[in-house]
Amino acid sequence: MKKKVLVLMSGGIDSSLASYILKKAGYEVIGCTMRLFLCKKKSSEKQCCSPDDINEARRTAQQLGIKHFVVDKKNVFEKYVIENFVSEYLKGRTPNPCIICNLKIKFDEMLKFAKGLGCNFIATGHYARIETRDEGRGTSYWLKKGIDKMKDQSYFLYGLNQKNLPHILFPLGDYKKTEIRELAKKLKLKVADKKESQEICFVEDADYRKFLERRLHGLKTQITQIKPGKIIDTSGRILGTHEGISYYTIGQRHGLGISVGCPSYVIKINSRKNEIVVGKKEELLSYEFLAEDISWTVSPPEKSPITADVRIRYKHKESKSKIYLMKNNTAKVIFEKPQMSITPGQSAVFYKKDIVLGGGIIKGIKPCVISARSGK
Amino acid sequence: MKKIYLDYNATTPVHPEVLDAMMPYFKDFYGNPSSVHSFGQETRKAVEDAREKIANLLGAENPSEIVFTSCGTESNNFAIKGIAFDNKDKNCHIITSAIEHHAVLKPCEYLSKKFGVDVTYLPVDKCGIVNPDDVKKSITEKTVLISIMYANNEVGTLQPLEEIAKIAKEKNIIFHTDAVQVVGKIPIDVKKLGVDLLSISGHKLYAPKGIGVLYIKKGTKLHPLLHGGSHEKNRRAGTENVPYIVGLAKACEIALKNMKDENDRILKLRQKLEKGILEKIEYVQINGHIMKRLSNTSNISFNFIEGEGILMSLDLDGFAASTGSACTSGTLEPSHVLSAMGVPPEKTQGSVRFSLGHYTTEKDIDKLLEILPKIVERLRSMSPLWEDKKRSEIRD
Repeated sequence: MKKKVLVLMSGGIDSSLASYILKKAGYEVIGCTMRLFLCKKKSSEKQCCSPDDINEARRTAQQLGIKHFVVDKKNVFEKYVIENFVSEYLKGRTPNPCIICNLKIKFDEMLKFAKGLGCNFIATGHYARIETRDEGRGTSYWLKKGIDKMKDQSYFLYGLNQKNLPHILFPLGDYKKTEIRELAKKLKLKVADKKESQEICFVEDADYRKFLERRLHGLKTQITQIKPGKIIDTSGRILGTHEGISYYTIGQRHGLGISVGCPSYVIKINSRKNEIVVGKKEELLSYEFLAEDISWTVSPPEKSPITADVRIRYKHKESKSKIYLMKNNTAKVIFEKPQMSITPGQSAVFYKKDIVLGGGIIKGIKPCVISARSGK
Repeated sequence: MKKIYLDYNATTPVHPEVLDAMMPYFKDFYGNPSSVHSFGQETRKAVEDAREKIANLLGAENPSEIVFTSCGTESNNFAIKGIAFDNKDKNCHIITSAIEHHAVLKPCEYLSKKFGVDVTYLPVDKCGIVNPDDVKKSITEKTVLISIMYANNEVGTLQPLEEIAKIAKEKNIIFHTDAVQVVGKIPIDVKKLGVDLLSISGHKLYAPKGIGVLYIKKGTKLHPLLHGGSHEKNRRAGTENVPYIVGLAKACEIALKNMKDENDRILKLRQKLEKGILEKIEYVQINGHIMKRLSNTSNISFNFIEGEGILMSLDLDGFAASTGSACTSGTLEPSHVLSAMGVPPEKTQGSVRFSLGHYTTEKDIDKLLEILPKIVERLRSMSPLWEDKKRSEIRD
C-alpha cells in the first residue's frame, strides 16, 4: 500500500512542488492548508493565509490531482505563535515566530493531525534534508542543510528531534530553488511566477510596530504597555527619548532621532529600566552569549564544551565557537572571533558542517571587553 | 475505492427520471414562456403543469400560490425582506429562532442593521425545539412576521409548526417556514400546517441546484426582490427557468409517490447506524430530538476529538459526511445550532452529521460501522484531551 503523506501547502511554489515531487515518488499525497489568522487584506502577493492563498493552494492541488483540505488552526497559532511574538517584543527582544510555528504548529499540532488522518508522514517545502543513519542502536535521523546554500532553511528547523524527524519529509532539500522554479514553469503551475514570501506571514506590510500597536490597543495593564523612555550611551549619558523599547532592535541605526556626531547603533535594550543603549558600530561586537531552551536534534553531547559552528540569525554566516552546557537547558556560547549584533530573542543554531546539532534562544550577551575599553 | 455519500442534507444527485424530464426543455422546447407564439405556448404549458404538480405536493389551494425562485436562499430572502419592506412604514418586528439556517438569519441581521428592524431570536431547548409559549410571549403589536424552520438542517429536529401557526393566526401575523430540509421527506400540507409562506429548494429532493419555490398563500402581501418583467404575477421578475421548473415538478411527483416506503427504509438504516455507533464507540452523544426528527439525519458528537478530523479521515476512506451546514464549513466556528441547544463547545467541535438518502444502502452503513470506530480510535490516540481523560481514569 502507498505511504500516505500530508503536505502543508501555503499556496506558494515551494510547497506546491513538494506535493508534486512526493506524488511522483509514489506517495499518496494529501494537501492541507492551515488557516492561521484572520487576514484583513483581501488580496496580497506576499502573505499566506489570505483567502486568495488558500484558493491558490486548492487550485494547485486540483492541478496536481491530489486531495486538499483546509484546516482551522487559528486558536493554537494565536496561543503559541502570536502571543509569544508580542510578549517577546514587549520584553525588548526580537523574536523569530517562524521557528516557534515550525516547532509548535507544523511539526507538533499538524504532525498529530496527520497521524490522526492515518498518514505516515508530514511534509513541507522547506529547503533542508533529513539523513538516516544506522548505528547498531537503531536508526537515527539527522537534520542537514539543503543543498542550495543560498536558500537553506535548516536554521528554522533546529528544534526538531528524534520524536518528529522520523515522520517528516523535506522533498526540496536536494533541489536548488532555481530548479524548483523551472519545474513549476514546466508543469505550468499557476503559482510558478509567484513572488517569494520572506516577511512574517501575520504582520501586514512587514510593519511589526503597527501590528503591536493594534494588538495592544485597549489593553491597559502594566506589562502590555509600550512606554517612551531614555536613550543613553554606554556611560549613562542621556541622548534622547525612545517611543518604547519594543520598537527597537539590536544593531538598528535608523530612526533613533538622536545626533551625536557619529553613527549610533542600538547596542543594548534594557527592558527593566525601559532604556535603549546606543553606541558605536564596534560596540555591537561580542564574543559571548547565553542561550536558553537548548534542544538537540539527535542527542545532547556527552561532554562539554563542544566545538561547533554557530549561526545567530537566518542570514548570518555561522562562525566557530565553543559551547559550554549549563544547568536548566542553557548554554554559554563563546565565539573564536567576535560577532556583530547578537540579538536576544533570535535563535542560535549549532552546526557541524552541514549537520544541525541543535540550538537555543539567545538570552544575554556579554559585552565585548575590547570594545568596552575602546569606548572609554 | 467505492465512494459512499452520506451528506444528502447538503445536496442530492439529480434523479435520472428528473433529468429525462428536463432534457427536452434545453434544446427542443426552448421558447420563452412569455412569448405569444407556439414556442412560447409549449413552454408556458410546461411551467403551469409544473406549478400544479408542486401545488399538489404542498397541498396548496391554488397553483398561483407557487412562485418559482432560483434557490432556497432566495425564497427565504424573498419571504423575510418582502414582508419587512411591505411594512416599512411601521417600525416592524420579526420573530425567528436561534437555530435557523444562515439564509434566514443573515437577511434578518441585514434588516436590523440597515433598516432598524427589530428581530427576536428565540432560544431552543436541548433537543433544538422552539417553545410555542416563547413565540407567544415575544409578540408585540409591531410584529409582522414569524419565521421558524420546519426541520433543522444540522440535527433534523422538527418544530411544532402547527402550534406556532395557530398563535400567529390568532394575532394576525404572517408565518413563514423554511421547509428546505423537509420537502420530499415527509408529507407537507400547507393548509393543515397553517403557514402563509414556505420555502423549498430543488436540490434537496433530487432536482438540480438552481431552482426553488416560495409558497405564498393567497392574499399575503409582500414586496418582490427582483424587479423587471411581469413574470410570476409580478412577484418575481426574470424569465422562467423552464427545464429546472419541469425537473422540480418531476422530483416532487417522485417524492410524493415513494414517500412512505422511502421514509421507513431510511429510518431503519439510521437506527442501525446510531445503534451501531453507540455500541461500538464510547463517549458519543446523539444531538437533536430522538423522535421528533427527520428520519434521514443523524448528528453525533464524538467527545475528545474534532469533527474536522473525522470528516477528512472519512473522506480519505471514501465517505462523505459533514460537520454541520456545508454553507459554514472550513471554519472552526462552533455550530450555532448546537450552541443554541446548549451542547458544550468541546462536544460541538466533535460533531458530525450523517444524512442518508435515496441511494444509501444497508451495506454502506455496515461499511461505515466498520471504519468509523477505527478512525475515532486513531484520532483519539492523537488527542491531548483523550490522554487527559485516560489519565484521570487511571487515577480514579
